[in-house]
Amino acid sequence: MSSARKIILGLFAALAAFGPALAEEEKKINLYFWPAYIPEELLQRFTKETGIAITLDLYDTNEALLAKLQAGATGYDVVIPSDYIVPTMVKAGLLQKIDAKAMPNGKNIADGFTAPSFDPERAYTAPYTWGTTGLVYDTAKTGGELPDSWSVFFEPGPLSGKIASLDDEVEVFNAAAYYLGIDKCTETPADAQKILDLLLKQKPDLKLYSSSATVDRVIAGEVAVHHIWNGAAHKVIAAVPTARYIYAREGVTQWADNLAIPTTAAHPDNARLFINWMMDPKNIAEVTNYAGYMNSIKGSEPYLKPELSRDASVNMPAEFADRMRPSKECSPTARELRNKVWTKLKK
Amino acid sequence: MSRSAYNPANRLRRYVQTLPAVLVIALLMGLPMVMMGFVSIVERAPDGGVHWGEFTLRAYSNFLFEESLMGGVELNTDYVTIYIRSFVLSGLTVVGTLLIAFPAALFIALQPQERRNFYIFLISIPFWVNLLVRNYAWILLLRTNGLIDQALIGSGIISEPLDLLYTDIAVAIGLIYSFLPLMVMPLYAALEKFDFSLVEAAFDLGANRIKTLFYVIIPGVRPGIVAGSILVFIPGLGAYVTPALLGGSKSMMIGNLIENQFGAARDWPFGAALSFVLLIVVALAASARILFGGKEKHL
Repeated sequence: MSSARKIILGLFAALAAFGPALAEEEKKINLYFWPAYIPEELLQRFTKETGIAITLDLYDTNEALLAKLQAGATGYDVVIPSDYIVPTMVKAGLLQKIDAKAMPNGKNIADGFTAPSFDPERAYTAPYTWGTTGLVYDTAKTGGELPDSWSVFFEPGPLSGKIASLDDEVEVFNAAAYYLGIDKCTETPADAQKILDLLLKQKPDLKLYSSSATVDRVIAGEVAVHHIWNGAAHKVIAAVPTARYIYAREGVTQWADNLAIPTTAAHPDNARLFINWMMDPKNIAEVTNYAGYMNSIKGSEPYLKPELSRDASVNMPAEFADRMRPSKECSPTARELRNKVWTKLKK
Repeated sequence: MSRSAYNPANRLRRYVQTLPAVLVIALLMGLPMVMMGFVSIVERAPDGGVHWGEFTLRAYSNFLFEESLMGGVELNTDYVTIYIRSFVLSGLTVVGTLLIAFPAALFIALQPQERRNFYIFLISIPFWVNLLVRNYAWILLLRTNGLIDQALIGSGIISEPLDLLYTDIAVAIGLIYSFLPLMVMPLYAALEKFDFSLVEAAFDLGANRIKTLFYVIIPGVRPGIVAGSILVFIPGLGAYVTPALLGGSKSMMIGNLIENQFGAARDWPFGAALSFVLLIVVALAASARILFGGKEKHL
């Protein structure tokens, strides 16, 4: 026997002695998640029910997730990409097939989420939650109700200096595109220039750009109006009864986040178990209760906190349905224009 | 140095003994830099990532030039503007920290030995807490109706909130605060070794305090000033968290620009090229030390 083979056999013997049998996965999974998106108690309950320990790691943009996996990061078992980035990740071979509809709890996927355009067969992703990107404001600070329009944000008049924008290239560009009635995936430089002009004109009216600590900023009264994701808006409204959420009539981005398993996952079986477990209405309801984003699973309503269904920022009134604009992946040309606008805005 | 140090066998042994350190530097610093340099000269993949093996210098020409709509090439100053802003901000931070750190270091150096160590210990305390956390603390202090506003209004000094947060003043306060210890330490090290009998000699020879400071003390501690300035200037160029948190993220710094290329822009080669340009500039700044700081030894 060669010495190399001896060493390899020795390693296997050591593994057999100290670890579980190789055929069965180690009882753990690593989640790579958005911040403040899953309650600690739910993770603990999963570990208690299944014996699988969870490690939680965080990222803050879809592009960060994409870049990390493209750079060859391994060790993540469950990730949570938003709709528009899913086809890009599938094309790049970063996600493995999970066939969510065939999972035991796949039958719970809500109507309207079983065949989304970004993953028509639900072959690679399972639904998690969905939400909108709008504006929250405090009527006590604005001196009354504001119109349901992006004009509040882009032409604030007396509210100048009391407005905060998300620090997010995609969200900021899209909001401006809706307000101007321009396709958010425009490939026309003249359109991009119009968007840049609007954003440059708005910039002095903004107190800051920031995507973090949005809830505290409004509650503390630092700003009167905040460009915000609706789950955060719900937390504001829960703390400040005079706060309102705006579904702008020019259009509001509707996005959907999804659970998926990277190709490089070390514990794919545990990851499937986790995803199936999260499609149980009782479990996903806890996510909605915690994060303030509606889930895409049938039968979770009885488990939801009553204030969620009362809050229009979470439970979208039906009359606003035609204002929804699904987020989408733009062409490389359009993305390049968008990035130029962003760089020129902040140069 | 003992004669045996020149023995060839000893010399070999010394090379072998330094090998682990050389390997660590080569693997942990050299290799990533080579990779970064390589990524900067290959073609980008449209959805992020790169096409290995397709070489181009597009990333470097993009730094200064862009294709106009007519297909011609025109100068694009956006990126240079962002670089200049980072340099100016970093330079101002050096000046600000120097103005505060010099009297502080001088004060410490003039204390009795036991008390000096205690003061140095105090200077090092902020390093025990993460920079991000310290910057958040400044948000609480500076925000409208925050602790500073409350204290000043409560004591009747001002009647309206100062609105300091998300201004250039807030960024300056944050940067000077963050980098202050890096300036105090080398200044203190230089002042501690300074022979203060020279000050007495200067007074005896009729120099006043100002003249003594500028003609005796400052030339004597110049290596410390240069070392401190470089220690502040270089990380200042990469300052990223402070301008975003305290300045409201209205203007990009080099760090934000580079991050953006690996994020929403999905242009890895350009991000790598931007990093490489910064690396070259920092290398030039560091060699300034050899030009200005190194001379002192030969005086």
